[in-house]
Amino acid sequence: MTPKRRRLSIVLIGLAMLGTAAALVLTAFEDNLVFFFSPTDIAEKGVGPDRRIRIGGMVEDGSWQKYEEGLRSEFVVTDFQNAVKVVYRGSLPDLFREGQGVVAEGKFNGTVFTASEVLAKHDENYMPREVADALKKSGRWKEGEEAK
Amino acid sequence: MLNRLLFLLPLLIFAVIAGYFTVPILTKKDPHLLPSVMIDKPAPPHDLGPLLEDKPGVGPEALRGEVKLVNFFASWCGPCRVEHPILMRLAAETDLPLVGINYKDQRDAALVWLRELGDPFGRIGVDGDGRAAIDWGVYGVPETYVVDASGHIRYRHVGPLTAQALKETILPMVEQLKAAKG
Amino acid sequence: MIAEIGHYALVLAFFVAIAQVVVPLYGAARRDTALMGFAAPAASAQFLCIAIAFGALMHAYITSDFSVANVAQNSHSLKPLLYKISGVWGNHEGSMVFWVLILALFGFAVAAFGRQLPDSLKARVISIQGLIGLAFLAFILLTSNPFERLDPAPLDGRDLNPLLQDPGLAFHPPMLYIGYVGFSLAFSFAMAALIEGRVDPAWARWVRPWTLAAWTFLTAGITLGSWWAYYELGWGGWWFWDPVENASFMPWLAGTALLHSAIVVEKRDALKAWTILLAIITFSLSLMGTFLVRSGILTSVHAFAVDPERGLFILGILIVAVGGSLTLFAVRAPALKAGGLFAPVSREGGLVLNNLILSVATVTVFIGTLYPLFLDAMTGDKVSVGAPFFNATFVPVMIPLLVLLAIGPLLPWKRGNLRAAVEKLWVSALFTVVVAGGILVLEKGAPLAPVLGFGFAAWVAGGVVTELTERIRLFRIPLGDSLRRLFNLPGAAYGMSLAHLGMAVFICGATGEMNWTRELVATARAGDTLTLGQYELVLEKVERSQGPNYFRDMATLNVSKDGVPYATLHPERRLYPVQQMPTTEAAIRSGISGDLYVAIGEGSDLGGYIVRVWVKPLVPWIWAGAMMMVLGGLFSLSDRRLRIGAPKRSRRRPAAPAVTEAGD
Repeated sequence: MTPKRRRLSIVLIGLAMLGTAAALVLTAFEDNLVFFFSPTDIAEKGVGPDRRIRIGGMVEDGSWQKYEEGLRSEFVVTDFQNAVKVVYRGSLPDLFREGQGVVAEGKFNGTVFTASEVLAKHDENYMPREVADALKKSGRWKEGEEAK
Repeated sequence: MLNRLLFLLPLLIFAVIAGYFTVPILTKKDPHLLPSVMIDKPAPPHDLGPLLEDKPGVGPEALRGEVKLVNFFASWCGPCRVEHPILMRLAAETDLPLVGINYKDQRDAALVWLRELGDPFGRIGVDGDGRAAIDWGVYGVPETYVVDASGHIRYRHVGPLTAQALKETILPMVEQLKAAKG
Repeated sequence: MIAEIGHYALVLAFFVAIAQVVVPLYGAARRDTALMGFAAPAASAQFLCIAIAFGALMHAYITSDFSVANVAQNSHSLKPLLYKISGVWGNHEGSMVFWVLILALFGFAVAAFGRQLPDSLKARVISIQGLIGLAFLAFILLTSNPFERLDPAPLDGRDLNPLLQDPGLAFHPPMLYIGYVGFSLAFSFAMAALIEGRVDPAWARWVRPWTLAAWTFLTAGITLGSWWAYYELGWGGWWFWDPVENASFMPWLAGTALLHSAIVVEKRDALKAWTILLAIITFSLSLMGTFLVRSGILTSVHAFAVDPERGLFILGILIVAVGGSLTLFAVRAPALKAGGLFAPVSREGGLVLNNLILSVATVTVFIGTLYPLFLDAMTGDKVSVGAPFFNATFVPVMIPLLVLLAIGPLLPWKRGNLRAAVEKLWVSALFTVVVAGGILVLEKGAPLAPVLGFGFAAWVAGGVVTELTERIRLFRIPLGDSLRRLFNLPGAAYGMSLAHLGMAVFICGATGEMNWTRELVATARAGDTLTLGQYELVLEKVERSQGPNYFRDMATLNVSKDGVPYATLHPERRLYPVQQMPTTEAAIRSGISGDLYVAIGEGSDLGGYIVRVWVKPLVPWIWAGAMMMVLGGLFSLSDRRLRIGAPKRSRRRPAAPAVTEAGD
């Protein structure tokens, strides 16, 4: 095989693999993209009860109720225009507080959002990216100074 | 020829990626940078009742006379809590009058808030139904306006005040307006 | 005063960098030996200046000089010394100084050890290295001065984020940075080679050890970060596929590809243009990682727009560096002479396939990481791309690589016989079937993932063992001779086997953790008993006490396994008052078969505590596998070091070719 033909075949194999990857990526996007909704988005657009979404906003002050000694929590996520009630079973992250930003992943049945995961993760700004944007008002929350 | 093109391919791919990413980032008008339609217009003449018994509210005449900052805040607003120490410092370190407008808040909560965190304002008006905020063009709290001596809105800052914004934009502008007046 | 010296040293470094870029490059173009000779001392001076600056910053941290703004914002007088030191790179400004320090260190290394490099190549490499340094020094001086003073100085600092006050994270950034920045040298060599218009095995012999060193550090850095996330965040997760992690993972993937393609350049003088391209891409991804993390774009696209100075500056560096180098590549690479020929089925062919797979895998991670940012910038829609996406794309892409991993090393250079190679693997195929079958029976056929995971791990491990037995001709020559061969194997051979075996171990760990983890969340009061699997945990008590710069609730749990006392665990929950931040300190009991992971949450008014318990099988295998890869890198490096001295040594000791002969 001449170098030129070899190079061509390598490129072709590469392209074929890229194509496969693209197909994988596209199907994965279809199934696994979790869209982010603010409470206002939910009120305006509506979400099907079977669709996994993320919601984010501030935990409304005074809305956090604990049941079963903290194993089950209910709180209200607000973007100051609309609010969504969230129920979550499990232990909330360290950084979870009233009046702070939060992101929850789960499903919305029309009245209550049942979260399977509540994130604060190791975002040291207390304000996950989506929340900062959803609140839109908050401007630059605090500049990212992650050490990683 | 085909060979050359092959070597050019990485650069082309990069150019496409870079273009796709940077162009929207660079050209997208960020809401924070959008000037308010109210800029250089007279501040809306609302008569807002006082929040505190011993501090005046905000009437139409309150906004005239000298250069000042008008800050929309609420006790339920997290970012307001973030910017509060900056307002406190501003009140302690400068003689720039600060006018507070308490936005869609419960009176008791607002009182507790001010007692807890301190009260930097010279006067505080109550905007219980958010009417005034609509006329000011408030997008959300906190928001801060620079109002000049003639009662015209000169600048609008969206989101919590930062030391940087204050140092680099707001205070120089205040100085400038003061100088223009004098 | 010392801070001012530091600042001055940085400014000086900037001007030295200008000279370091211009003079040697001009000298190399004019073939002026004296001007080219300027490169080495300039690189040394550059390193010295930045080291002084870094020392000054460290001094400010150690002495808690809060008149330096950076120290006041990130340190606290009560902080343990280790975290005062790690605070230096635990923040934006300090980490950028550290970045250029490592960059200069690598430039200095070329100056110091590169005696037998051709003059012009050396001059150009150092010059390009200086150019990268110049860009970042300008960035630091113009946008991120770490020596800015505060007047008046606060009485005490704001403290480093408590999450970062951890030994794992104290060393994670330096390792990661040495890795990231280490790839700069491969990049500089690639640029120099393009300018020179030639790439030869000698070039690859130089690039490989440095790439290998960078790769080893990066592997260690990523592992440390992952380990930290595992025990510090209190969630028991070890890899979140979050953008910050991906930012370090992409250069790792590309660097792994580079490592393998450089072998082909070195041994067979082929794949030159591709290797150059990979060097460019690897370093570009490192730069992009720095950009993603440092610009704040991950926090919010808007955060980026609001603080445009820093973000735009790094974006500018990124675009100029990547665009410039790819332009140079487009112009000069076609002129590179094509090297040795090889058949599709050969060691080279296998390595090409390895490279293609790793590249495609990098692309999938790239898309998954940047697509949300892209969508946000374009439409304002917020999406998150989490683990399910990567499991559905990255994992299937990598599976062929695992199949190949066992076969490739058995193929000879130039032309191989696939059947012969596969026939050698019958034992490991049998092993694979037994393992996969065993898991299938154990799992009663339910989920397929563990069957596949352990199956591939077995296949890879079998392949490594087969390759090793082939190499020492086990059972075909007397055992003693085989053993002698084993002991005389070059470091690179051990390195490869160890790293590949590490891959197999890692896959076992990841598969076990992902598929067999069991979790229990419950509220417990003192005296309560929790049961999870074979474990029984009794919450003895929860005590409140005070640490150096935090308060803590520490629980005591007595654990028994199958009724036999097993361990006493002390998970903590800490509150750092300065930053008003709670952290969870999980208690982990590790064994070879897995971890028992316990964390406590907030206490309730009724005196109960939320206790989270996980049984995480095989987690230590994840770290063990990664450490084996690091060790493999070190073994290989030990071999390389001999090799670099080879021209001198071989005059005395003609045995050196035996080393050269050894395939990797």
